[in-house]
Amino acid sequence: MVRSALNRILGMLVVMALVVTIVFVIVRVTPGDPAAVMLGPDATPADIESLRERLGLNASIPEQFAVYVGGIMRGDFGQSIFLNMPVTEALLQRTEPTFFLTIFSLLIATLIALPVGILSAYWRGSIFDQAATTLAMFAASIPSFWLGLVLMQVFAVQLGWFDASGYGGPGASFAERMRHLVLPAVTLGLISSALITRFTRASMLDVLNDDYVRTARSKGMSEPRVVVRHALKNALIPILTVIGLTAALLISGAIVTETVYGLPGVGSLIVSAVLRRDYPLIQGALLVVAGLYVLVNFIIDMLYLAIDPRVRY
Amino acid sequence: MAAIAHSGFREPNLLMKMASRPTAMAGLLVLVVMIALSLLAPLISPYDPAQLAVRNRLLPPSWQHLFGTDDLGRDIFTRVLYSGRTSIAVGFAVVIFSSIVGVFLGLMAGFFRKLDAPVSRLIDAMMAFPDILLAIALVAALGASATNVVIALGVVYAPRLARVVRASTLVIRELPYVEAARALGVPTPVTLVRHVLRNVTSPLLVQATFIFANAILAEAGLSFLGVGISPDIPTWGTMISVGRQYMEQAPWIMWFPGGAIILAVLSLQLMGDGLRDFLDPRLAKDV
Repeated sequence: MVRSALNRILGMLVVMALVVTIVFVIVRVTPGDPAAVMLGPDATPADIESLRERLGLNASIPEQFAVYVGGIMRGDFGQSIFLNMPVTEALLQRTEPTFFLTIFSLLIATLIALPVGILSAYWRGSIFDQAATTLAMFAASIPSFWLGLVLMQVFAVQLGWFDASGYGGPGASFAERMRHLVLPAVTLGLISSALITRFTRASMLDVLNDDYVRTARSKGMSEPRVVVRHALKNALIPILTVIGLTAALLISGAIVTETVYGLPGVGSLIVSAVLRRDYPLIQGALLVVAGLYVLVNFIIDMLYLAIDPRVRY
Repeated sequence: MAAIAHSGFREPNLLMKMASRPTAMAGLLVLVVMIALSLLAPLISPYDPAQLAVRNRLLPPSWQHLFGTDDLGRDIFTRVLYSGRTSIAVGFAVVIFSSIVGVFLGLMAGFFRKLDAPVSRLIDAMMAFPDILLAIALVAALGASATNVVIALGVVYAPRLARVVRASTLVIRELPYVEAARALGVPTPVTLVRHVLRNVTSPLLVQATFIFANAILAEAGLSFLGVGISPDIPTWGTMISVGRQYMEQAPWIMWFPGGAIILAVLSLQLMGDGLRDFLDPRLAKDV
């Protein structure tokens, strides 16, 4: 088991190193001069030269790579050109809405997906199962920004139950800020529930035919108890994996949803960084998000290793 | 790439098999109709998609304008049809591009033991980036254009295909006929194409169908964020993006292109699901 854990740690470090390299390649080694792109067509050669100097673009590629990796090692992700503050600080400032948006959407998605997925598997092939499966597929076909706009139009513009956009403005109370997250969280939650429902159903189907479920039934155990105590308990590991990975991937949804609802989160920060060609910020965001994903994945694998003695890496 | 087109019709009764799955068949039918409608748009609609008619701006749906008109008085039904060309073509181009890259990487990793670890770790690292995030970063680096959107999304989805191809190749590599080919001295590239690739096509086709669906969604998302295809080129995504500004007075501007996306993506998913049920089983379970 120690050997497996060490193997897995080594694997994770290799993937992290590759992530760091890929980000460097995307941001630095692409054709064109980032400084020129950033400053636009009206920039003078002198301006471009001074920005190149500031970004360290005049060094050779290997030298730039060394400086970049050195910075990351020290936790220094560089300076945002446009916001004129460290990238880490810029990201941290925007963490709150994204953090709570992710938590609420996951909560909504799980509350829908777990019961629906379990019942779908239990009543396999029934009208309920077919309706749920079709609905899940339908939900997975809706562009999240479009659903966001439709919900906004109905519940904010027409019914006036919520504000259409923003985060309550400066000085808004915590409750007020959270109220602004309701529609975005429902948008993201509905769409993510599709994936989790499908996984829950598949995972439950796997275990519902297992011997220990039959044994439990033959002992005369009540059906709800069989499903929850025996089947769900064993199906839960893969389901939790999907929920964990969905959490890490929700940043993709947050990018779009935060833009739709004008939330000052990490997602909308990334979009504005891209629109302003703020390369250090784009670079930092890519590193943080992909790094988190690798980390979540790693933690899940380690949990598997701890829970299930058959697992080996 | 020939592989994908090829495999679809190599089995003579693929369509017959599909017919036994009504949902998959419905998906195929809807998609074919949508493609036909967008290609035949000039014959179907009396309007020009770019023709401005300011007097007719923001008209609600009616018999004259089935889906209403937009802020510049253009007929939305016509524009949804024409936009379909771009949206579907971009999605398809992404499938082609990511398949070429994905098949190459997957075959290398699956067939050559020494390449497996490095290529697999690279795939893992690529998959750590959420699709939209990686796509917008790539488009930001490459510059916004339809071609670059295809390249960016192709890069995003290639690792998923590579993973599927690798998994199947690992199984096929050990099968007797591959060993026989090796023993007979068949050159490795020939073995790869003739014996391995051909048998990888089923899972590849299934995965490619889902990627087609995802690519249409992702392209729309990029266009909406303003980091994709230029708003001057009508796609379903850019139409919604423009319509958003008139959400209160004329919500239909964004309803219909959104409906078109849902319909196209849903039919692709239904097809993918059906295809998986009868194409994939053996290989998918072994791995």
